[in-house]
Amino acid sequence: MMRLLLLREARRAWRAGAWLPIAFFLLVAALIPFGVGPDPRVLERIGVGVMWVAAVLAALLPIERLVEPDLADGTIDQLVLRGVSEEWIAASKILGHWLGFGPMLLFATFPATILLGSEGAGLERLLVGLAIGTPALAALSVAVAALTAGLSRAGALAGLLLLPVAIPLLIFGAGEGPSALKFEAATALALLVGSLFVTAAALRAARR
Amino acid sequence: MHRFANPTRFLKFARPATWVCLSLGLLLLVPGIYGGLFITPPDYLQGDSARILYVHVPAAWLGMAGWSGLAAASIAQIVWRHPLAFVAAQATAPVGAVFAALCLATGSIWGRPTWGTWWEWDGRLTSMLILFFLYLAYIALADADRERGGEGRIAAIFGIAGTAILPVIHYSVLWWNTLHQGQSISFVRGESSIAEELFWPLPLTAGGFTLLFAAAVLMFMRAELARGRVEARLRRQAEGQR
Repeated sequence: MMRLLLLREARRAWRAGAWLPIAFFLLVAALIPFGVGPDPRVLERIGVGVMWVAAVLAALLPIERLVEPDLADGTIDQLVLRGVSEEWIAASKILGHWLGFGPMLLFATFPATILLGSEGAGLERLLVGLAIGTPALAALSVAVAALTAGLSRAGALAGLLLLPVAIPLLIFGAGEGPSALKFEAATALALLVGSLFVTAAALRAARR
Repeated sequence: MHRFANPTRFLKFARPATWVCLSLGLLLLVPGIYGGLFITPPDYLQGDSARILYVHVPAAWLGMAGWSGLAAASIAQIVWRHPLAFVAAQATAPVGAVFAALCLATGSIWGRPTWGTWWEWDGRLTSMLILFFLYLAYIALADADRERGGEGRIAAIFGIAGTAILPVIHYSVLWWNTLHQGQSISFVRGESSIAEELFWPLPLTAGGFTLLFAAAVLMFMRAELARGRVEARLRRQAEGQR
């Protein structure tokens, strides 16, 4: 059952245009040189941080399609009636969303680092950081999607909810030094677990 | 707590309590602020700029206490479905946001002459800023949920989850080597590293601002309950005319 749910989520993520956040991510990376000027030293200095910001912003894009359609058409009600707990639904949604979001984003960092001239050491740091951070970002997207499902102005609201919570991840993810990665991993784990239960609680509340 | 599940009984308590809190708060604030601004000697290092602490410290406490109250109300809302819990949480949010903003603003004004900068990205300041944004997010979420006719359970979940920021703010001066000074006052150990002649107005302003906070929350709650009654009456009238 869990495998079926997961497959369904991953398939939905691919069909609904998983490449959209990635294109957005690349576009933000391409916008920065226009904003701050194409000086390679400046770009190399800010490259990793800018790409982290772009990744956090890209996590906002798919929010409206993650939970709301399933709540509206009764899929979640059906699953709960069959005895699947909300926590399992949340876990499958998070994992399924990450499968469509995380690996693609990691691939997209290769061209993005070239655009920003921070290949080499910067790329390595970014890849490790994003590999640790994207599961937490995906989980946050799903949690915020569950919280805002069916509300008016859900898009603007989602930004207001997700961005402050993502700040710690951004601080440690874009931070330098070996301890920053450890802190990032700890933050990501806490956010992942927290988002799982928030999503489940929000689904339970929304079904009432 | 369950005594006040009945809004009428709550209002009977809230109406006088608002005025008691308001007048007592002002009674404490006036000597506290006067003492802090005029009577206490200037700090030997910071001079007169240290006087802003009599506003800054209570504002910081209340910004954090506000979210604790909001979270407690959210738990009461989820666990017991207390009918006033959402009203209380929603009334606390704007007041807490104002005090968090006051804390950030006074801290910024204090930081300019003391540290030489309006803003520094250190742990305490950053985490307080996140708390302020969380307040805004809660307010927006609660508004949107109410607009839909929801009971605010979604907002309550966010309120409980947001509590994670409170220990981060509290321990930020220990975890990171920050520009913001370390802990000066410990409630648990009952100690304070502030000199006694500088310390005495602080409990007055802290108590005064706390009472003002309570008065503002009670006013917001009463306004919200009154609005609910007006809506119900208008609906009854509209149905009567049909």
